[in-house]
Amino acid sequence: MHIVVCIKQVPDSAQIRVHPVTNTIMRQGVPAIVNPYDLFSLEEALRLKDKFGGRVTVLCMGPPQAEAALRKAISFGADDAILVTDRAFAGSDTLATSFALASAIKKIQEDMPVDIVFAGKQTIDGDTAQVGPGIAKRMDLQLLTYVSKIVDLDLDKREITLHRRAEGGVQVLRTKLPCLITMLEGTNEMRFATMPNMFRAARYPLKQWDKDAAGIEDVSKIGLKGSPTIVSKVFAPQAKTVRAEIIDCESKHPKDLSVTLLTKMFTKFPNLAEEIGKGAG
Amino acid sequence: MSEATEQKKPAGRRKFELDPRLASYKGVWVFVEHERGVAHSVSWELMGEGRKLADKLGVPLAGVVMGAPGIHSRHFCQEAFHYGADLCYLMEDPVLADYRNQPFTKGLTDLVNAYQPEILLLGATTLGRDLAGSVATTLQTGLTADCTELNIDMENRSLAATRPTFGGSLLCTIVTLNYRPQMATVRPRVMSMPKKDETRTGSIIENSLGLIETDIVTKVLQYMPDNLQDKPQLPFADIIVSGGRGMKRPENFQLIWDLAKVLGAEVGATRPVVQAGWVDLDRQVGQSGKTVRPKLYIAAGISGAIQHRVGMEGSDVIIAINSDPNAPIFDFATYGIVGNAMTVLPALTEAFRQQLATAKVAV
Repeated sequence: MHIVVCIKQVPDSAQIRVHPVTNTIMRQGVPAIVNPYDLFSLEEALRLKDKFGGRVTVLCMGPPQAEAALRKAISFGADDAILVTDRAFAGSDTLATSFALASAIKKIQEDMPVDIVFAGKQTIDGDTAQVGPGIAKRMDLQLLTYVSKIVDLDLDKREITLHRRAEGGVQVLRTKLPCLITMLEGTNEMRFATMPNMFRAARYPLKQWDKDAAGIEDVSKIGLKGSPTIVSKVFAPQAKTVRAEIIDCESKHPKDLSVTLLTKMFTKFPNLAEEIGKGAG
Repeated sequence: MSEATEQKKPAGRRKFELDPRLASYKGVWVFVEHERGVAHSVSWELMGEGRKLADKLGVPLAGVVMGAPGIHSRHFCQEAFHYGADLCYLMEDPVLADYRNQPFTKGLTDLVNAYQPEILLLGATTLGRDLAGSVATTLQTGLTADCTELNIDMENRSLAATRPTFGGSLLCTIVTLNYRPQMATVRPRVMSMPKKDETRTGSIIENSLGLIETDIVTKVLQYMPDNLQDKPQLPFADIIVSGGRGMKRPENFQLIWDLAKVLGAEVGATRPVVQAGWVDLDRQVGQSGKTVRPKLYIAAGISGAIQHRVGMEGSDVIIAINSDPNAPIFDFATYGIVGNAMTVLPALTEAFRQQLATAKVAV
């Protein structure tokens, strides 16, 4: 069995700060990490490999420094890693990104057919959740998003049974391989890297593919040219014209502040008093 | 939305002319999502928003209803009219009884190609995101996810979709100029629910799917509905008390629970608090959590980063408690108390308790 896992290197969004005066992103010193959602998919792929054998190839599109994300994946137990990197990809939106990744996976398939593609549910920087569905569509794979559990995999029948999160419940689905799966967060826990795998990751001869190596001929489908969406404006949100009324009183004591607040609030919003009575009653 | 926003140059005010082949795309569509005989409220929230867009453009607003034949589908069309649609495209087929990507993608793509809307809106739910990504790829058009504001740029009649970016620290406006339809998803509760007008009617245009069950690879073996009783229902709560990193320690979060109990409120939290494991993921409010619109939102020890703000600024009244007088939360809260949440919260809890007791006596 051959599994391809698509991962992305993202800035740790918890550590992104906006410059208070210029409203620009302060990128310096923000560490790059493997998109956390991708790790649930990688772990699930590794579990399938543990159970059924085969190979796990990790695939990442990004700048040269994204190789760190791929080495991380190798240290967890992935077998092969390919970095698709080319200046021509700069400015790609989700449509162009899914085209580039699908092209690369088709190229990977020339060496070894792919049974399952995993992708992250979404990234923490773009948050779109569109690249997984995009790859599935371009490769004509069965799409299974928000998977909470893989129940069964029958390699002879080439069938997979799994749980998919729907809005008001869980769907139990059975489908045919090849398919593309995005895992729901919290469905498994990433294993620790073993010492031998960490050594292997450090020495692993990472494959770097440019657009030609990834089998991309039509450059109008990648980068800015291949991206229908255009960012017309980036801005900091406006403060409301009226700032919060800061509650103050002579004593500054929390108790008096609270009473002052409630008096003001219930005078201005009498319905709220009723609402609160209802909720508490 | 761009996966690599930072590398893009803003489009600026350059002259734009729509490809003449795309000029025939007219009208605003809202995909009506439903499950187990109930329409998802996000569809009606979008219908309200779609109405405004359609009016600005001077075009009709349509609902798209896909599902199994039966009374439900017709009923959803009527509801769509009540919430603002002028017409509905209805596709009924037994194959569409449960959501599956393959038949829904084909059905919606075929409808778009046949009737050519300029804007297509879907809810950013597990269904809507799954479907929108596939449909946009099939149609080779732009899709902007999780928008917090939709508008029309009248200069070129294009959809200006605004969403948080960079992990929720800034906002960006995204346009899809020379591709149609312009697609966008919006998360539940981000837009307000429009008023229902039961006198409104509209026309239903029926279409067939053209697939049979054997064409579809994925089979639904079973559906297990959630037990809603054990899950917090933040999106529809009337009162929410939330805590952030300013609560300092997990045990201090008890003060949040205490106030919530007195008010009969739900408890919410910011992303760092959820990531630290102080409360369950179901309670996260913000761009990567739930969007809420309560009548009263009490934010304790929350700075008010955009990530959190977009999830709660639709609240009617916001009380913010923060020790930093310059915290951004005071820019959009209704009332602010500058002070230590650990001392203010117990006092506020007591004040509410007294207020409730007095109210009871008065009754």
